[in-house]
Amino acid sequence: MSSYKQVFLSGKVALIPFFVLGDPDEQTCLEIIGAAIDAGADILELGIPFSDPIADGPTIQKADIRALRAGMTPQKALTLISRIEERWDIPIGLLVYYNLVWHFGPEAFYKQAAKAGVNSVLIADLSIDDADEVYPLARSAGLDTVFMVSPNSSDERIRLVAQKTTGFIYAVSVLGVTGARDTLSQSAIDIITRTKRVTTVPVCLGFGISRPEHAAAAAAVGADGVIVGSKLVGLVEQNLSDKGQIVRSVRQLILQFRSAL
Amino acid sequence: MKEKGRFGQYGGFYVPEVLIPALEQLEDAFFRFGLDQGFASELEDLLSHYAGRPTPLYYSRGLSQLVGCTVLLKREDLLHGGAHKINNALGQALLAKYMGKGKLIAETGAGQHGLATATVGALLGMEVKIFMGTTDIGRQRPNVLKMRLLGAEVIPVTGASGTLKDAINEALRYWTANVKDTFYLFGTAAGPHPYPKIVRHFQSVIGREAKCQCLDMFGRLPDVVVACVGGGSNAIGIFGAFMDHPQVRLVGVEAGGLGLDSGMHAATLEKGKVGVLHGARSYVLQDEHGQIIESHSVSAGLDYPGVGPEHSYLKDTGRAEYVSATDEEVLDAFLFMTRREGILPAFESAHAIAWVMSQAGRFEKGQLVLINLSGRGDKDVESFIRQRPQVVGADLKDSEHKGL
Ligand SMILES: Cc1ncc(COP(=O)(O)O)c(C=O)c1O
Repeated sequence: MSSYKQVFLSGKVALIPFFVLGDPDEQTCLEIIGAAIDAGADILELGIPFSDPIADGPTIQKADIRALRAGMTPQKALTLISRIEERWDIPIGLLVYYNLVWHFGPEAFYKQAAKAGVNSVLIADLSIDDADEVYPLARSAGLDTVFMVSPNSSDERIRLVAQKTTGFIYAVSVLGVTGARDTLSQSAIDIITRTKRVTTVPVCLGFGISRPEHAAAAAAVGADGVIVGSKLVGLVEQNLSDKGQIVRSVRQLILQFRSAL
Repeated sequence: MKEKGRFGQYGGFYVPEVLIPALEQLEDAFFRFGLDQGFASELEDLLSHYAGRPTPLYYSRGLSQLVGCTVLLKREDLLHGGAHKINNALGQALLAKYMGKGKLIAETGAGQHGLATATVGALLGMEVKIFMGTTDIGRQRPNVLKMRLLGAEVIPVTGASGTLKDAINEALRYWTANVKDTFYLFGTAAGPHPYPKIVRHFQSVIGREAKCQCLDMFGRLPDVVVACVGGGSNAIGIFGAFMDHPQVRLVGVEAGGLGLDSGMHAATLEKGKVGVLHGARSYVLQDEHGQIIESHSVSAGLDYPGVGPEHSYLKDTGRAEYVSATDEEVLDAFLFMTRREGILPAFESAHAIAWVMSQAGRFEKGQLVLINLSGRGDKDVESFIRQRPQVVGADLKDSEHKGL
């Protein structure tokens, strides 16, 4: 199992695609992920679908619904991850909502996630204020930690996040939920610069990264990685009737991002 | 955040990072203004001259005779707008004003909180957006029209079930993108800290008044205090004043829907498991994988798979007990109240009445039972008649009652 450190030490800007596990079904999801890795993904950010994803815009909400309808559960999601890990050697960050972890049993969840090959668990609705509820569990399971900062986080909060982060800081580019956007906002540039100023922990930018030039602009101001979510997940939605086309279009978009970085 | 916002293990503020600064600001404003004397007197003035406080405590002869003890109704249904929701809406809107925020958003189920927010928005000259599930828009049409008339924008939310849960999801998402100039006027004693405390504070007037009125009228405290529980604001509002009197039995009535074993209910405290929903740890209706279940109730205001964290705490500590009333019992109670008392109770409040009716003969003769009649049922007339058309004449044609 390769680590975040290896990726960030390699010196390149990490390309991190996000997918919802089990979207639109397990098999296609595996093929999509294979294509993304082939095309140059460095890390995967994978979401376990949840019924009430308050941090997500319509594109990822719909992906969650598709995956849930196709029968995805947290347990199956972890099994799917171990299948990914059997085939490919790539660090995986898990993105979940707290209720799923709580219901599973936090300790069991972190242990089983580690066993499946996950590198970190990011809980979208758990802020740094309550990091201690999971930090010890993550560390004793041998996992890295990832927490979020956003454009309205104070420098003080960014410092707190940095102290608890062993993997990378997930910098949210805008005030808002996930969703593809046409331009990279000034707030994205600002949050990267501000975070880089207070810490040496790697910083990856996410939310709204939709075009290769957004990734390049983030990299230019020092981002250590970019997370591309809704734009990719939208390709699944747009090509539901032709699974081969989903895989091809994902591959193509990742290639474009790769060459921009 | 200054406080952890806990009630035992429950509560907290489990939200994405982007909302934390907004909650911090709100907490700060609440501590600075909300508890300040000038603010309190401005609010009190509005509550008495605009909203119609104090509300009467009414001895219900019909219920007393049926149940076999003295039944009292705290008449929150007589407030401006027709429900207790205005207490909280006025309080929070004033907070927004003191904070210099000119835009209000709110979620609504029954439409009563949306209506209260639209009302105070009109009063204070604020722009209002109301998020409401499409199912609820369908069943609470009179309130939707009133909100629009008052100048609020009603934003339909489809989501899984098109009910209160989805409306809250969408309001939270909207707030995330608009935290700078928008105040989220949360309608119930749930959600992330500091909302449960803020809403409790603004609703506590119900219990304070009822306690004084009961002492005045009977020279003693009630034996039982009963309120319906959706998110839990009217219940916590009336329970508060009696919390430190252990001899007073506190009963919260949840929506039993088609029955607790049917899977079609909103009895979160009775059937839920501890989890995290809408920013707080509390009991939650969820499936075996931790996905939130769609609740069911004839009453839109109780149709919610979550509940305020303080009620979870009161349940665990045993200070309050939580029971339920089914849709059918609620329709019976609604009809009983209209025919015997000339009062149309909101379907939500009718849950509390229905439970008391189900206890007929079980209270001792001298006992005082205080029910929080949290709102009036004008909004539910259409829904009632759709389900019991024979009550107003069985020959009412389908086309006619659709057009009611
Ligand atoms: C009249 C009335 N009572 C009760 C409720 C339930 O809310 P809560 O539990 O917060 O009092 C509502 C909600 O819409 C309502 O309109």
